[in-house]
Amino acid sequence: MAERPEDLNLPNAVITRIIKEALPDGVNVSKEARRAISQAASVFVLYATSCANNFAMKAKRKTLNAGDVLAAMEEMEFERFLEPLREALEVYKKGQKGKKVSEPKRKDKEKKVDTENNKSRAEEGEDDDERMEEEPEVENEAEEEEEVEN
Amino acid sequence: CCKDDQASGSKKPISLPISRVRLIMKSSPDVSSINQDALFLTTKATELFVQHLALSSFNNGSGKETNSLSYSDLANTAQETETFHFLTDILPKKILAQDYLNSLEQMQEEEGADY
Repeated sequence: MAERPEDLNLPNAVITRIIKEALPDGVNVSKEARRAISQAASVFVLYATSCANNFAMKAKRKTLNAGDVLAAMEEMEFERFLEPLREALEVYKKGQKGKKVSEPKRKDKEKKVDTENNKSRAEEGEDDDERMEEEPEVENEAEEEEEVEN
Repeated sequence: CCKDDQASGSKKPISLPISRVRLIMKSSPDVSSINQDALFLTTKATELFVQHLALSSFNNGSGKETNSLSYSDLANTAQETETFHFLTDILPKKILAQDYLNSLEQMQEEEGADY
């Protein structure tokens, strides 16, 4: 696993919050345990990605889709996640529809963006990519939500 | 816009930053591109995973009486629960250095090594 600063780690504050919400009130979670859970979460992402990617490759697709991720969860024996994931996805998709105006265009763009990104991403993989991709809205959503909470 | 999320029962669908999850996913070899829904699902699944790991370890562990969750609870759970086996490398059980040295000596004697 990478030990670079700009890590493949997830933000500690958010991880801590998720842990606390999952456990009964007042449970003391050691710093070491928190760090370990955070690392485990990163490993989980990698494992899930690899698994989902296998499904995509079998179907001769280059783009990972929702079905691949769900199939991966089942493969990893996390069937318990399937139902909440499907529900969350529905809510998420409804939210996205409200914002997206150019959805049909986007599917065409995806093909172009993918080939472009394949070349550039091999070298970069930085913030520039995010603008080129289909994600700015999603990130804005996350930012807006954070503001609401504050 | 945000009110849509509140309607689902929780304040927001996900807490983890999608961009960070994407970064991790992209570090996986052979992954070309990831569709937005897949990205969302992976992020959400990771949150569910964190909850599941924390709660399982807590319930399984020795900390229930002391109301705490420690690293060893996690390591034990990773080893004992099949779905968490993929974590055993990054959540190794800790042993005393002396115990390790002792078991090393034993292994060497059994193999007849000339150390």
